[in-house]
Amino acid sequence: MCGAPDQSLALPPGTDLSRETVLAGRVVAGGEPVAGAFVRLLDGTGEFTAEVVASASGDFRFFAAPGTWTLRALSRAGSGQTALTADGPGLHQAEVAVA
Amino acid sequence: MSRQDVLVSADWAEKNLGTEGIVFLEVDEDTTAYDGGHLAGAVKINWTTELQDAVRRDIVDKAQFEQLLSAKGVNNSDTVVLYGGNNNWFAAYAYWQFKLYGHADVKLLDGGRKKWELDGRTLTTDVVERPATTYTAQEPDLSIRAFRDEVVDAIGAKNLVDVRSPDEFSGKILAPAHLPQEQSQRPGHIPTAVNIPWSKAANEDGTFKSDDELAKLYGEAGYDDSKSTIAYCRIGERSSHTWVVLHELLGHDDVKNYDGSWTEYGSLIGVPIELGAPQKVGA
Repeated sequence: MCGAPDQSLALPPGTDLSRETVLAGRVVAGGEPVAGAFVRLLDGTGEFTAEVVASASGDFRFFAAPGTWTLRALSRAGSGQTALTADGPGLHQAEVAVA
Repeated sequence: MSRQDVLVSADWAEKNLGTEGIVFLEVDEDTTAYDGGHLAGAVKINWTTELQDAVRRDIVDKAQFEQLLSAKGVNNSDTVVLYGGNNNWFAAYAYWQFKLYGHADVKLLDGGRKKWELDGRTLTTDVVERPATTYTAQEPDLSIRAFRDEVVDAIGAKNLVDVRSPDEFSGKILAPAHLPQEQSQRPGHIPTAVNIPWSKAANEDGTFKSDDELAKLYGEAGYDDSKSTIAYCRIGERSSHTWVVLHELLGHDDVKNYDGSWTEYGSLIGVPIELGAPQKVGA
């Protein structure tokens, strides 16, 4: 949450990070970005909330709410997941390793 | 209807690409997905500009639907196979519209783009040209489409199935979490609605769960087989997915999709809204 936001995946114009809770990150395998992975956002109970396709550089983004979330990625290179807690509005970032 | 009439597998699709009389149509939430690679011979439909009226908030009317399919080169006698990204949300929305306008033979590719990509099957960027046709649609079948007044009347009387995520149902968020949350309507859900997220009906690879799993899912979530049903979500695409499950796969009779969905209901003056998590069935 500190420092300049990662610009690799531009937020839509007008996104207000003082109000929106944005969860963003990258899918990697062996440290290398994985393009086109299917990334799911699961809520605190493990329930499906949303799904996006990661970009060519492995980047993905969700608009959520403060809380505890799980990011789960499915790709031809394998699957993996990671937990992410957003304590308030702003940009929250995580890396999801698949194997 | 049964599963064999409604769904085709990726294997079947791969064998039937290019077959005379079978037209593959791709419908994506991300309207640029097709351009990055599509099934060989498939034609793109843009749901935002081609399945909705450009001015009024409504789906295309009969004449617009006829113009669209004529321009896409679809014959009335063709088998149409719809597929798309995001677990076939918008392909299901198109499927519902094809049924609404009476297309005789329409199917969904089970798993859509996701399973196709996970399987590592071929996608192409070839430009697809189909000669124009003269397509004739039927009058809309309003037995599968719900409007706002009957939704209000259905409170406490019919199965109202809210297929959004639990956080949208409870009012914590207003849109699926891959979209910005700034919306004008009030959060919450229609009173007496049960929350059965569309995602529970699909496997992780985007294919539909088995008929037995689906019947169990709805039974346990408080779905009453003896009642008529209206399904809704935010803009009517995820509820199309559930409409396919309830009406087409499980064969329930009176199931309507409320395509106005929460963006309409949550903007209506004076209608009842409930907040909070779903009631536990049997609790």
